[in-house]
Amino acid sequence: MDAITELSYALDTFYFLMTGVLVMWMAAGFSMLEAGLVRAKNTAEILTKNISLFAVACIMYMLMGYGIMYPADAVSAWWPGFGGILGATDNTVEEVLASGGETYYSGLSDFFFQVVFVATAMSIVSGAVAERMKLWAFLFFAVVMTGFIYPMQGYWKWGGGALDALGFLDFAGSGVVHLCGATAAFAGVLLLGARKGKYRPDGSISPIPGANMPLATLGTFILWMGWFGFNGGSELIISNVAEANAVALVFVNTNMAAAGGVIAAMITARLLFGKTDLTMALNGALAGLVAITAEPLTPTPVLATMIGAVGGVLVVFAIISLDKMKLDDPVGAISVHGVVGMWGLLAVTLSNEDSTLVAQLTGLGVIFAWTFVASLVTWFVIKMVIGIRVTEEEEYAGVDLSECGLEAYPEFVGSQGSGK
Amino acid sequence: MKLVTAIIKPFKLDDVREGLSEIGVQGITVTEVKGFGRQKGHTELYRGAEYVVDFLPKVKIEAAVAADMVDRVIEAISKAANTGKIGDGKIFVSSLEQTVRIRTGETGPDAL
Repeated sequence: MDAITELSYALDTFYFLMTGVLVMWMAAGFSMLEAGLVRAKNTAEILTKNISLFAVACIMYMLMGYGIMYPADAVSAWWPGFGGILGATDNTVEEVLASGGETYYSGLSDFFFQVVFVATAMSIVSGAVAERMKLWAFLFFAVVMTGFIYPMQGYWKWGGGALDALGFLDFAGSGVVHLCGATAAFAGVLLLGARKGKYRPDGSISPIPGANMPLATLGTFILWMGWFGFNGGSELIISNVAEANAVALVFVNTNMAAAGGVIAAMITARLLFGKTDLTMALNGALAGLVAITAEPLTPTPVLATMIGAVGGVLVVFAIISLDKMKLDDPVGAISVHGVVGMWGLLAVTLSNEDSTLVAQLTGLGVIFAWTFVASLVTWFVIKMVIGIRVTEEEEYAGVDLSECGLEAYPEFVGSQGSGK
Repeated sequence: MKLVTAIIKPFKLDDVREGLSEIGVQGITVTEVKGFGRQKGHTELYRGAEYVVDFLPKVKIEAAVAADMVDRVIEAISKAANTGKIGDGKIFVSSLEQTVRIRTGETGPDAL
């Protein structure tokens, strides 16, 4: 029996780590999606942002984020206290055997799985503020976001804090990860303003097409793939028949929701614009995935498809509406992760009998309010101290040159000529 | 000697090249260019918002030919590049003062 307990501990830990690796790979998905949807002159900078935000998230979460989100001794349901820096100690064999199945995965595998989620939330921000924000202003925000803002609301739900006690349900993070990331982005975009040239003097929209649709499509597929780790891993356990079946259902539902999102977004775009906009189909896939993330376990596959499809319709209208409100979001991150994240939280009530609309709305409101206020203050302080936006001239030349000093495609003819 | 410059629709390039080869034109220079004429630009759609592309992609062909060939060259280009729709392009003819073949130093019509 002990051997079986040890083996299932090993299996669940292995599953946890490997699904974490899938989520880590979503950083590549965001990088490619964003690189595809910005202009060529801003590609190297967005890639720099993506790899550096991942590193910042890992370090800040190790130093303080994880301790805040999962405190050993929380001060109260709203204030977790500072739990301290991550150590190397883990469960001993004796502890695991004595727990009688309560302790079924490695403590550090939990850190690993959680840290890639923080990075995902931060990745959401980078796309929305692309092409005009200063690199280091963004990274300073990443420090506060991944070290404090995200872990606080993460504690309220997954750390066992106030929202959890309220009965708020969020399986893999439509709210804790996606709405949180999108809300931080929303606050940033409000202070940052639109890209120069996005709106004509008469107020009409002048679209700024992305440079590379193949990259954007590759990024979407990578995110879709990573999402199996995101939702599938959030079941946290796989080592018995019931849990293995649950994981399989989560995989199937996650996949179906994405498919529903694509088709719904394509049809909506076709009906509204007369053309089948690829970028909307890509956003539709992500919208379907975000929509199902709050509850991928209790819907049937058909219901999951419908939940994803509603997300796909919502995202198209959200993108158009935000554009009209002059909230310039080059990749549609606020629509995909924020608007559809809210839908995902509400959709929990369609299939999970333990959920209540009041608890879902409360969780949604609290996550939004906290993240919005904390982010707005943080962005504002950064804006006052070092500024958050590059100069008009730098924006025209492209932030690749002004921030990174290099071009993504130096051997092609770009806005600066071939340069050779 | 004359320099014939033609602006044509990009997808007609192969037809024009073949047409010119058939009448004995020895060489042409091709450049991808952008511009506008009576066709103006065209509108494209991105995430639901329309925008105007002011300059359309065209191909510019330059052929240096003997003066007595000019009419046949014009005819060959006109025939091959004609679709009957707006935007088919234009042909310009200008006189050419001198031609030099760099390898041999030949000049004038011999160098064409």
